[in-house]
Amino acid sequence: MFRFLLKRLALTLPTFFALMVITFMMIRLVPGDPIEVRRGERGISPERLAELRHEMGLDQPVWKQFADYAWGLMHGDFGTSIISKTPVINEFLTLFPATLELAFCAMLFAIILGIPAGVIAASRRGGVYDQTLMGLALTGYSMPIFWWGLMLILLMSNTLQLTPVSGRIDLVKYYFEPVTGFMLIDAALSGQKGAVLDAARHLVLPTIVLGTVPLAVIARMTRSAMLEVLEEDYIRTARAKGLAVWRVIGLHALRNALIPVVTVIGLSIGGLLAGAVLTETIFSWPGVGKWLIESIGRRDYPALQGGIMLISTMVIVVNLIVDLLYGLINPRIRHGH
Amino acid sequence: MATDAAITVTSSAAAALPGPLRAFWNAFRENRGAVMGLVVVTVIIVVAVVAEVITPYNPLEQYRAFTKLPPAFVEGGNWNYILGTDALGRDMLSRLMVGARISLFIGFSVMVVSMVFGVLLGLLAARLGGLVDVVILRMMDLIMSIPSLVLAILIIAIIGPNLTNTIVAVTVVGLPKYVRLMRASAMTELTKDYVTAAKVAGVGNFRLMTVTVLPNCLAPLIVQAALGISDAILEAAGLGFLGLGAQPPTPEWGAMLADSREFITAAPWIMASPGLAILITVLSINLMGDGLRDALDPRLRRS
Amino acid sequence: MKFKTLFAAALLASTVLGAGVAQAKSLVYCSEGSPENFTPAMNTTGTSLDAARPVYNKLVQFEPGTTKVEPGLAESYDVSADGKTLTFHLRKGVKFHSGVNGFTPTRDFNADDVIWSFERQWKPQHPYAKVSGGAYDYFNDMGMPDLLDSITKTDDSTVVMKLKKPNAPILANLAMDFATIQSAEYADYLMKKGTPEQFDQIPVGTGAFIFVAYQKDAVIRFKANPDYWGGKPKIDDLVYAITPDATSRYAKLKANECQVMFAPNPADLAEIKNNPDVNLLSQAGLNIGYMAMNVQKPPFDKVEVRQAIAMAVDRDAILKEVYQGAGQKAKNPIPPTMWSYDDSTVDYPYDPAKAAEMLKAAGVTSLDTDLWYMPVQRPYNPNAKRMGEMIQADLAKVGINAKLVTYEWGEYRKRMQAGEYQMGFLGWTGDNGDPDNFLAVLLGCDKDGKPNANNIPKWCDAKFQEDITKAAEISDIAERTKLYKDAQKIVADQVPWLNIAHSTVFEPIRKSVSGYKVSPLGAHEFQDVDVAE
Repeated sequence: MFRFLLKRLALTLPTFFALMVITFMMIRLVPGDPIEVRRGERGISPERLAELRHEMGLDQPVWKQFADYAWGLMHGDFGTSIISKTPVINEFLTLFPATLELAFCAMLFAIILGIPAGVIAASRRGGVYDQTLMGLALTGYSMPIFWWGLMLILLMSNTLQLTPVSGRIDLVKYYFEPVTGFMLIDAALSGQKGAVLDAARHLVLPTIVLGTVPLAVIARMTRSAMLEVLEEDYIRTARAKGLAVWRVIGLHALRNALIPVVTVIGLSIGGLLAGAVLTETIFSWPGVGKWLIESIGRRDYPALQGGIMLISTMVIVVNLIVDLLYGLINPRIRHGH
Repeated sequence: MATDAAITVTSSAAAALPGPLRAFWNAFRENRGAVMGLVVVTVIIVVAVVAEVITPYNPLEQYRAFTKLPPAFVEGGNWNYILGTDALGRDMLSRLMVGARISLFIGFSVMVVSMVFGVLLGLLAARLGGLVDVVILRMMDLIMSIPSLVLAILIIAIIGPNLTNTIVAVTVVGLPKYVRLMRASAMTELTKDYVTAAKVAGVGNFRLMTVTVLPNCLAPLIVQAALGISDAILEAAGLGFLGLGAQPPTPEWGAMLADSREFITAAPWIMASPGLAILITVLSINLMGDGLRDALDPRLRRS
Repeated sequence: MKFKTLFAAALLASTVLGAGVAQAKSLVYCSEGSPENFTPAMNTTGTSLDAARPVYNKLVQFEPGTTKVEPGLAESYDVSADGKTLTFHLRKGVKFHSGVNGFTPTRDFNADDVIWSFERQWKPQHPYAKVSGGAYDYFNDMGMPDLLDSITKTDDSTVVMKLKKPNAPILANLAMDFATIQSAEYADYLMKKGTPEQFDQIPVGTGAFIFVAYQKDAVIRFKANPDYWGGKPKIDDLVYAITPDATSRYAKLKANECQVMFAPNPADLAEIKNNPDVNLLSQAGLNIGYMAMNVQKPPFDKVEVRQAIAMAVDRDAILKEVYQGAGQKAKNPIPPTMWSYDDSTVDYPYDPAKAAEMLKAAGVTSLDTDLWYMPVQRPYNPNAKRMGEMIQADLAKVGINAKLVTYEWGEYRKRMQAGEYQMGFLGWTGDNGDPDNFLAVLLGCDKDGKPNANNIPKWCDAKFQEDITKAAEISDIAERTKLYKDAQKIVADQVPWLNIAHSTVFEPIRKSVSGYKVSPLGAHEFQDVDVAE
């Protein structure tokens, strides 16, 4: 096990390096220039542009820029945003809790609804419940989420006026300094009446939108895992012994069926952290996804590089942990490669 | 194209061809959802192919006296424009029809290109193993570790926004799925006796992988192809929504959605139909894909 | 099942509405985006300038809601007879904010702060010149390095600015945000602390509001400055709620989550007008949106072709579908609110038949060309893509086949400036209300007849150039007006670009808000604003 871990870690290092090189190169290949884009229709004289590029170090040879960047990274320095002039890591750390909070809620939403849906569908295989639930799940899986978000805003916010359209909390009523960066926790810590519920109201729509696809995946996965387990001999035996159906399903089958489901959940966490881009854009959610997209638009090289490195590292680490856990909970899997 | 071919072959040849194809068709037919999906997909394909002939209007013609009409069946609608008109008075139905062609074209192209590269890289990794395998796998890990939409946007930022480049970006982003699937299936097959037998008989590497192994990996690949098309359509629509896909005045569904976003309160119906078109198309392809999987995977096939 | 749960959750959530905490009078402004930093001299975007403005003052300022210059930190000023020496008499007893970022000022605002603020942008050896990247765009754009000879103080409350040549628009320039006065003492304090970059992140000024906190992409908070030299503001707290999406901003305004909002979505204007809780303020914007034609590329070198194209484009339809009422058709390159606007200009009518005829007469029968549209929304053009699609269709009717082209925004402008296009959109928002800021910048050429960088059509006309050069050197308004009117006649006749529209700036505010004025320069100011409970 330990050797396997070491080997996996050793294999990850070149990936990091490649990631560093590739993001660096790609970003330099994007036409445009962080100075030009800020200037709008005013434009800039070539002399002034050269001067500013020099000050920002953009006129140095690419290999030198890369060396500086790599050197900084090795010392934990992710660079400084060209636009805001603040360290990239600081920007990331202010925005990341918003993304994490949203991803966590979306995952919770998906699990709480997805697993029961899958279990019910499996236990009523072929029946109306099964077909309806799986029909819904496939619809969720096929959903263009940007459209889904807009339709929900239209229905819930514009027509029914139940939920706010954007932001994380009503800023007039509630004011507290961010402590953890997680709005729900900060709201609770602030002790202000109604703050937590207001934060929750702001979370509802983004959570549903981001959680829809994972919900569908989990429901489908749970169903097929359950079906497989229900075919196994020990379940048949338990049933034959006359144990109550729900006891069989709940206790014996579900426990075993959860193994692949947990893996799917684990693997989609990385995707969620990363995939909140469209959701954040639609709901003006101040998270890292939106920040990355805007950084591309602004040609903010350091922010983009640093942001991608941080997110990707997290995805790689999460996947590694899931891989390891999977090996632990399911000894049948032999670590082949 | 693979799915398309598979479908036509199966449906027309089901009666004539005995054996596995017939068994497959029988299994597929049992799944009502899948058949429904197949029918809808077929209709969409037909519409896409003959769009020019059947559109009521030129999708680019602006009827400026009739902008932002709601669909005919809604109050204020006009039966001359069944699904209403967009912000410039272009007929929605005609635009959606032509849009179907664009979306399907993207979906199929991405699938075909991914399939070619995926099969190639997957087979190479499986057969050669060692360093080649590691490098290919790490490359795929790398692609998967970057947020897919961010990667796609970066690629498009580099090569410029247009239809072809959308296909390139979506292909790159989706490639790991194909490679990993191909590699995993090929590895499983490589341990089987018939492959060993072929090796012993002195079959060359190239022939071994393409003629002996590949056909036995087809089932999961076909399923992946169907799902790959729908993924690609969604991904491309997302890019279109962000203004990075097909360029105006091309009626691409995602771009149509983006154009109508500002009317979310003033004229919400303009937003409804392109989204529905995407949803219906993707959903029916997925239904079909599910049917394909159930029919091709004997473990899950109902007895 | 999913929908049921969703509905229940929403219902539960909605019952919480109305629970709140009683507090001081606050005003929330739904702004558009995060500022880059809080030093106006380093910024060019309205969003960033708006974010710093509550904290600061300038020597002279624009009277709210106008482009008229009035005294600010300078109580009065004298201009010498030769126009080359400006003397500013500073206000006495003005205090910098105390308690922000651990800084307590030990002295009042004085001439050192003024000199410090200008020299930071002007002198490369200034200790803060390179802090935070040090790009002082406006200072350079307004030609200050070429204009300034010296800035000195005669005593603590008198500053003398010497110019190399007389310049009529200089006072208007000094009312712009780049001329903001910052605290030299605060700068020293941070330098000693070893954190000079905080100077541009945590602002300390003399303005009506004191900076409290900023959270990226979420909120900026200010509180009233009780010692403000212009009198304590009527509101206690000023909050900028950063809300990038226009429709969301309006939803918040409707819900009274904010009381003043940045530009609404044009499509929502009809609804906003009907909202009984909202006042929809408007003011003609100080801008122009145009379609340039590259006069260096045939067939656009022929004036008949340019005139024909002007007649081929249905601008009324564009005003309706692109601006959706938030604009007025333009016939001159400067907006009608600007002095010297020539209302006698005869606009080109929409006449595709005549246009086709003229094109034929000019030998243009079927033309393949390009039409560039910017990838972003601009104040003078809410939707360039839609405008492109419309003009493309219009041009097709007179036999011109235009391909729509766009690039990333910075790249787009660069290529337009380089003249790589044939037809393309761009526009301009005025900085200081002077016609020179439009006509000379956008259509002027240098002595050798080389077009200025921002002269997108690459159009040089000797008579036009003579008019505007002369007008910039004299200070008699009547004389200048005459010259600028003549210049506008030339432009109308030569059509280097097709004037499309001047957008109207709309600002919806809650009825509870009073004293708010829409600025023609796009600024958002709150020192005189009150809000009823």
